[in-house]
Amino acid sequence: MTVLIDVQNLTLKFRTDEGLITAVDDVSFTIDKGEVMGLVGESGSGKSVTAKALMHLNAKNAVYAPESKILLHTDAGVVDVLKLRTAKELKVARGGAISMIFQEPMASFAPAITIGSQMVEQLLIHGDMTKARAKEISIEMLDRVGISDPSKRFDQYAFELSGGMRQRAMIAMALSTKPSLLIADEPTTALDVTIQAQVIDLMKDLVAEFHMGILFITHDLGVIAQTADKVSVMYLGKVIETGPVRDVIRHAKHPYTQGLLAALPKLDDLDAPLTPVAGDIPSPLERPPGCVFHTRCPQIIGDVCKAKLPQRVQLDANHSVACHLYSEGGKA
Amino acid sequence: MSEKPLISARGLSVGFKIGSGMFSKSILKAVDNVSLDIEKGSFFGLVGESGSGKTTLGRAFLKAVPITGGHAAYNDDEVSYDLGTLTGPALKDYRKRAQLIFQDPYAALSPRMTVRDIIAEPLEVMGLTKSREETDARVREIAAKCRLNLEHLRRFPHAFSGGQRQRISIARALVSRPNFIVADESVAALDVSIQADVLNLLKDIQREMGLTFLFISHDLSVVAHTCDHLAVMYLGRLVETAPTRTLFKAPRHPYTKALFSAIPSLDPDDRRGGQKLTGEIPSPTNQPPGCKFHTRCPNVIDRCRVEEPTLENPGDGHSVSCHRWRELLAVPAG
Ligand SMILES: Nc1ncnc2c1ncn2[C@@H]1O[C@H](COP(=O)(O)OP(=O)(O)O)[C@@H](O)[C@H]1O
Ligand SMILES: Nc1ncnc2c1ncn2[C@@H]1O[C@H](COP(=O)(O)OP(=O)(O)O)[C@@H](O)[C@H]1O
Ligand code: SF4
Ligand code: SF4
Ligand SMILES: [Mg+2]
Ligand SMILES: [Mg+2]
Repeated sequence: MTVLIDVQNLTLKFRTDEGLITAVDDVSFTIDKGEVMGLVGESGSGKSVTAKALMHLNAKNAVYAPESKILLHTDAGVVDVLKLRTAKELKVARGGAISMIFQEPMASFAPAITIGSQMVEQLLIHGDMTKARAKEISIEMLDRVGISDPSKRFDQYAFELSGGMRQRAMIAMALSTKPSLLIADEPTTALDVTIQAQVIDLMKDLVAEFHMGILFITHDLGVIAQTADKVSVMYLGKVIETGPVRDVIRHAKHPYTQGLLAALPKLDDLDAPLTPVAGDIPSPLERPPGCVFHTRCPQIIGDVCKAKLPQRVQLDANHSVACHLYSEGGKA
Repeated sequence: MSEKPLISARGLSVGFKIGSGMFSKSILKAVDNVSLDIEKGSFFGLVGESGSGKTTLGRAFLKAVPITGGHAAYNDDEVSYDLGTLTGPALKDYRKRAQLIFQDPYAALSPRMTVRDIIAEPLEVMGLTKSREETDARVREIAAKCRLNLEHLRRFPHAFSGGQRQRISIARALVSRPNFIVADESVAALDVSIQADVLNLLKDIQREMGLTFLFISHDLSVVAHTCDHLAVMYLGRLVETAPTRTLFKAPRHPYTKALFSAIPSLDPDDRRGGQKLTGEIPSPTNQPPGCKFHTRCPNVIDRCRVEEPTLENPGDGHSVSCHRWRELLAVPAG
C-alpha cells in the first residue's frame, strides 16, 4: 500500500474577537492510494477545517501549531503542504494532486463563466496542453460522469443545470486534472436519496477507475457505511475513534460513536427507541478539560475523565480509540 | 370508529401562475388531484423527492396557498370547515387550530425578539389572551412542555443551538393550542443526536396533547420511525399510501420501491447494486404524458406512456397508483 497523504499532529486554532478557538486538536491519519477514508461527526466538530488544511486553504485567522505536518506524497517526492507559501508552490495542493468537491456545487463555479471555460482554465493551470486538448478532456470528463449531451453542457452556466447534474459537473471538474486525492465535503448532504445513490455509485466507479484516494466527509453514517474503507470519528476537534468501517460501525468502542449510532433511526428495527446523545455540544470557546466528551458521556469513569486527556489506544492493528475506558486503569 | 378524518382531501389541486405577460400566463401544477385522509391523532408522513409537491400540499391544508381544484375539509370535535371556501372569522378561527412548525424560526423572525416574544407572538396576533399575565402563563406552560426554561425565554434566538431553536419553533406552533400541525422538514438540518431528541419531543407532545401531525420529510428512516401512516408523492401526484409498516414491508409502487432501495444501509456488507433510479424528477412545467413516473420507471410498458393510472384502493387501506402493481407483486423488490 502506498501512502498518499500523511497528516501528523495537526492542530489548528482560529484567532477570533472572543479569543483563540481550537478547531482541530492533534489529529493524525493517513490515506493510501485507492483508499476511501470517511470523516464523521456533528457540525462544528472540525471536519471541514481539517479538509481545508490539506489544501492549506483555511481563513487568514488560522494558526497552525508548529508540530503540525501534512505530508503529501507525489511523483516528484514528498511535500509538506503547510510549508507551501506562494501560489505556484500551492498549485500541487489546490487542484494539482488534491481536488475538492462541496455540498453546494455553486461554490465551485463562478456564476458568470460557463462550466466549460472553468474546466479548461483549471486544466491549463495544472497541465501543459493546448486549449483544444483541454476542451476535449473536459467534454470527455462531463460524459464520464454521466452528463447527457456534454458538448452542449460545456457551454452552459452552472445555474442552468439541475441539482444532480451540477453535482456531476463539479465532480467532473475536480477530477479532470487527475488528482491523486479527492476531498469530498458533504457532497450528497443536500441531495435526495435517489440522487445521492447515483452520486455515490459514480464516486465508487471513479475510485476504481482512477485509483485515487478519497477523504469523504459526511455526518451520515449510512453514507459512510456505503462508501468508506475506514472511518475516523471527530468530536470537538479530536479524532476519538478510527478503524475499518465494519469494526467502527459494528463494534463501536468510544461512547460518543456508540451514542451516534444509538441516535440513528434504523430501518430494520422500527420499534427501537431513538436515544439522543445527552446534552449539547459545548461551544468551542468552552472546550472541556480532560476528555472533551466528558460533559455528555454516559460512561464517564470519574475524575480521570475530567482531568486527564485520554491517549489513543490501539485496540488492534487498525482500530484505535481515545477513551480512558480502554487505557491503563480503565475498566476494559 | 367511523369518526371523520381530521383532514380529508378529494381531488385536491394547487396550481401556481407562472411566467409574465397578461396573456401568456401558464399554470404550474404543484399538487395535482390528491385524495387522502388524515385520521385524528395520526402522525401522517409525506415523502417524495424535492419538487414533488410536499410543501405545497402542507401549505394548502394550512390555507397558505390557494386551492385551485378539488376539495379539502377539516373536522374536529367542534367545527367542520371546507378549506376551499373558508374566509373571515371562520378562517381566523382555523388559523389557531392548524399551525406550521417552521424549519428555523431564527431565519424567519426578527433577531431582536426574545424567545418569549417569539413564542407569544401568535397569541397576540390572534388575540387569544386578554392580559400580559395570561400570555406569559401560556408561554411558560408550552415552553416547559418543550423543555425550555425561564432563563431561555429571556434570551435571543441567536444564543441557541440548532436543537434548542427547533424547540422554540415547536413551542411557537403549539402555543395557540392547535389540533393540527404541519411539520415541514423540521429535523432536516439537525445533527442525528439532536434530531433524535426533537423527534422524541414531537412524539411525546403529540401523545400528551392529542395532536394530529402532517410530517413532511425527505428522510425515509426518520419517517419510518416517527409516522404511523405514509403517503408518497411524485410530481404533484399521490402514488401510494398505507400504514407505515405495511408500506415498508411491501411497497407496491415502483417509485416507492426505488426510494427505499436508495436509502444508504448502515451495513457495510449490504452495498447493494440493486435497482437504482436513473435520471431526475421532471419539471412540473414539462410533465410527461401517461404515468408521470414512466420516464424513470424500471417496469414501464407502452400503456404507461399514454394512460395515466389512478389511485386504486383494493380495500386493504393500501392504495397505489400504477397499472402494473398487481402483476409486480410477484416480483421481489429492487
Ligand atoms: N475562519 C474561522 N474563524 C473562526 N472559527 C472558525 C473558522 N472556520 C471554522 N471555525 C470554527 O471551527 C470549528 C470547526 O468548524 P468546521 O470544520 O466547519 O466544522 P464541521 O465541518 O465539522 O461542521 C467550528 O467551531 C467553527 O466555528
Ligand atoms: N409559489 C410558487 N410559485 C411557483 N411555483 C412554485 C411555488 N411554490 C412551489 N412551486 C413549485 O411547485 C413544485 C412543488 O414544490 P414543493 O411543494 O416545494 O415541493 P417539495 O416540498 O416536495 O420539494 C416545484 O416545482 C416548485 O418549484
Ligand atoms: S474518556 Fe471518560 S468521559 Fe471520555 S469518552 Fe471515555 S469514559 Fe467517556
Ligand atoms: S404505471 Fe407503468 S410507468 Fe407508472 S409506475 Fe406503474 S409500471 Fe411504472
Ligand atoms: Mg463542514
Ligand atoms: Mg419542501
